[in-house]
Amino acid sequence: MELIYEGIVKAITLILTLDPEVLNITWLSLKVSGTATLISLFLGISAGTMLALADFPGKRLLVSLVNTGMGLPPVVVGLFVTVFLWRNGPLGFLEILYTPGAMILAQAIIATPIVTGITVASIQNLPANLKLQILALGASRHQMVWILIKEARLPLLAGVMAGFGGVISEVGASIMVGGNIKGYSRVLTTATVMETGRGNFDMAIALSLILMLLCFSVNYLLTRIQQRERPR
Amino acid sequence: MLFLTIFAGTTVPVAAAPKALILATTTSTQDSGLLDVLIPIFEKESGYFVKTIAVGSGQAMAMGKKGEADVLLVHSPDDEKKFMAEGFGSARRLVMHNDFVILGPASDPAKIRSAKTSAETVKRISKAGALFLSRGDNSGTHAKEKKLWKSAGIDPEGQKWYQQTGLGMGETLNVAAEKKGYTLADRGTYLTLKKRLGLEILVERDSSLLNVYHVIEVNPAKWPKVNRAGAKAFADFMVSKKAQGIIGRFGVDKFGSALFFPDAGKKPESLGM
Amino acid sequence: MIDTPMLLEGRNLTVTRGGVQVLDVPEFSLREREVLSLIGPNGSGKSTLLLTLACLLQPATGEILYRGEQILSEHSQLLHRRRLAMVFQEPLLFDATVYDNVAAGLKIRHMTRSEIKKRVMETLELVNLAPLAGRSARKLSGGEAQRASLARAFAIKPEMIFLDEPFTALDPPTRLALTEDLERILRETGTTAVLATHDRLEALRLSSRMAVVSGGRIVQSGPPAEVMHHPANEMVAAFVGMENVLTAEIKGASEGMLTLLLGDHTVEVAGSGSPGEMAVFCIRPENVTLTAGDPGGATSARNVFSATITRVIPMGVYSKILLECGFSLVAYLTPQSVGTLHLEEGKQVHVSFKATAVHLIRTCK
Repeated sequence: MELIYEGIVKAITLILTLDPEVLNITWLSLKVSGTATLISLFLGISAGTMLALADFPGKRLLVSLVNTGMGLPPVVVGLFVTVFLWRNGPLGFLEILYTPGAMILAQAIIATPIVTGITVASIQNLPANLKLQILALGASRHQMVWILIKEARLPLLAGVMAGFGGVISEVGASIMVGGNIKGYSRVLTTATVMETGRGNFDMAIALSLILMLLCFSVNYLLTRIQQRERPR
Repeated sequence: MLFLTIFAGTTVPVAAAPKALILATTTSTQDSGLLDVLIPIFEKESGYFVKTIAVGSGQAMAMGKKGEADVLLVHSPDDEKKFMAEGFGSARRLVMHNDFVILGPASDPAKIRSAKTSAETVKRISKAGALFLSRGDNSGTHAKEKKLWKSAGIDPEGQKWYQQTGLGMGETLNVAAEKKGYTLADRGTYLTLKKRLGLEILVERDSSLLNVYHVIEVNPAKWPKVNRAGAKAFADFMVSKKAQGIIGRFGVDKFGSALFFPDAGKKPESLGM
Repeated sequence: MIDTPMLLEGRNLTVTRGGVQVLDVPEFSLREREVLSLIGPNGSGKSTLLLTLACLLQPATGEILYRGEQILSEHSQLLHRRRLAMVFQEPLLFDATVYDNVAAGLKIRHMTRSEIKKRVMETLELVNLAPLAGRSARKLSGGEAQRASLARAFAIKPEMIFLDEPFTALDPPTRLALTEDLERILRETGTTAVLATHDRLEALRLSSRMAVVSGGRIVQSGPPAEVMHHPANEMVAAFVGMENVLTAEIKGASEGMLTLLLGDHTVEVAGSGSPGEMAVFCIRPENVTLTAGDPGGATSARNVFSATITRVIPMGVYSKILLECGFSLVAYLTPQSVGTLHLEEGKQVHVSFKATAVHLIRTCK
């Protein structure tokens, strides 16, 4: 119990004194996971909407693959991305192993199925005739898709938040493809694991608290946007 | 939206830093904090960007065998010798040593405090069936521990009192402290955590408890993509007077004694190996 | 009506779904300012026809022509959709204010903000929804929501409007109010409309032409009065509320009058045919007159019988009287008449109807 108390005290101290290393780690966490979430937002919402609106044999199979992808273990993603990015691996020429770039890649792979799956469900949940109604208002295909996405903004943003939550909190892939290099590829989660491994529990708890604070802030912002344009 | 895209752009280009070098080393080496002092100095002098990947000795050497690391800093001599014999390394040089200690609860149920040798120690632990925590992760520490059991002619595998954590050194120490069991640890990690642990050093300074570090340059003949110049620069640095001096002074202000002993250039026999 | 310009035509339109043909309309036409109602049971193909005419559903075969020009390319289909509006059974409003909903079609057409504002407020006035402009669409009652959906459709000043059972889901008073408003708007704006409904009274009230759809086909088309009083077959007869549909045999024919055997009775009806033929005798319940005693010479109706009342069913504005006179008959009377004549179960009355009030459907042997 006193360990948690020590952790809280340490967290407040680190924040108030603007400890440079902690600031660095926090900013990197935000940058890496934020970029990965952004990528998954674009890919996921486009793919999800196309999948929801299209009709083709094998659609159900594809949707279940996406849904399976939502539960993809991050560690597995990390392992596969590492093997691909190894110097002697197929994508070794990119030379991005052990860089934040690789972390963004792995996290985007983790987050995209989540955003896609929730997008498919959200669009499919809209009234069946809504698509026809929008077309009947004279919308082109593009206008129709954009209006549908706006209509489903509530669950879609929830999907983005789920994607962000999934990657800001993951550690397995980030350690493997990032290498937890001090000042370069070390983020809040990987630093927490390292400090725990070293037995520095108060530091680990402090970092965890800062991570949760970060999560809350971002999600608060996204929730504000999600609820914003709904008229009272 | 725009802001997000801009800052995303600033993250990615750090992909191929100027002259990057991959150093595979062990968690205990990194956890000691020694590298946090040495690496920045090396980077400043040489202009290389060192990516320190801290994993277990086993994984570090596996990376070396696959050419996914340029230089190794490890402490598992038997495996290292095999590594070199199989041609995976082009050069192997002695850097420093520290020692392992056998830790346990103050109550010392297996009465190992009075043991004269480490072989005697492990025999007593086995006979008493006293709880022993092993890292069980093919790390340098684990390799050393296995050697101790072997030389005493004991096979602890599968015994109820022998538990493998699969965790890092710091965590294993915490488990041992929590469960009041015995364990083998490097002195450096122990000193760092000593205050909170409640474990005591019960056996030390036996020659078999010596923990020797070598720097190995991965053989570029096997893997052309290896940064051979960088590896050599790093290895040269580690055995240089400057680095050796830093090694010898590291930890004195914090713990009262040095955590490591510089050995560059010495013959292995002089260390009693 | 014949010389008003042709707006929309359809030829050889067929639609298949899951291997089954759900629409088969060889010929379809819609003139300017017409209000055409499509009536028919659920699943008859009314919605399919509307969607096909709006280019929202691709027919398996056939073409659609707008003012004589065939609509083929994607682009011309988009243009076609831009000149029409469609209202569905559900309001399908967006999660926004009423104002934003009504403006939706205008935003799609890239109108300027001030133009949009003007048009939206005009339209809201037209449908009596102006006070609710700022209200969230989620907070509207069923009637208000459908009103908003109508406003959204009329805001774009469409050349034609398609309505697919727009008032079916509403309660009767709201339904009535909206039907009246729709009638007024169509009259004031002169918009051509096609309305699918299964409420024949609504169809009767609003439309200038009625088409009966069944099994994916248009089985009869014409002025509403004609369809209601002279249904082409038994199915249509049942659908237009021709409660009395009975099989009879032609016994004699002379000078435009036929003598039919109906049950044990002989009835005289206007029409032509030959003895021995079977026909379907139809008469609307409004055209069956009841008197307490024998009207004798007081009535000009040729057909007078005595009958027993088997049931009196109050239906609101009228009451349904079930009668037995050797064959079953249904009459509609106002509740006041029911009271005045003291009609009740078991009472003996006289029924009469004119020879010209009867409609005969020819059956094939």
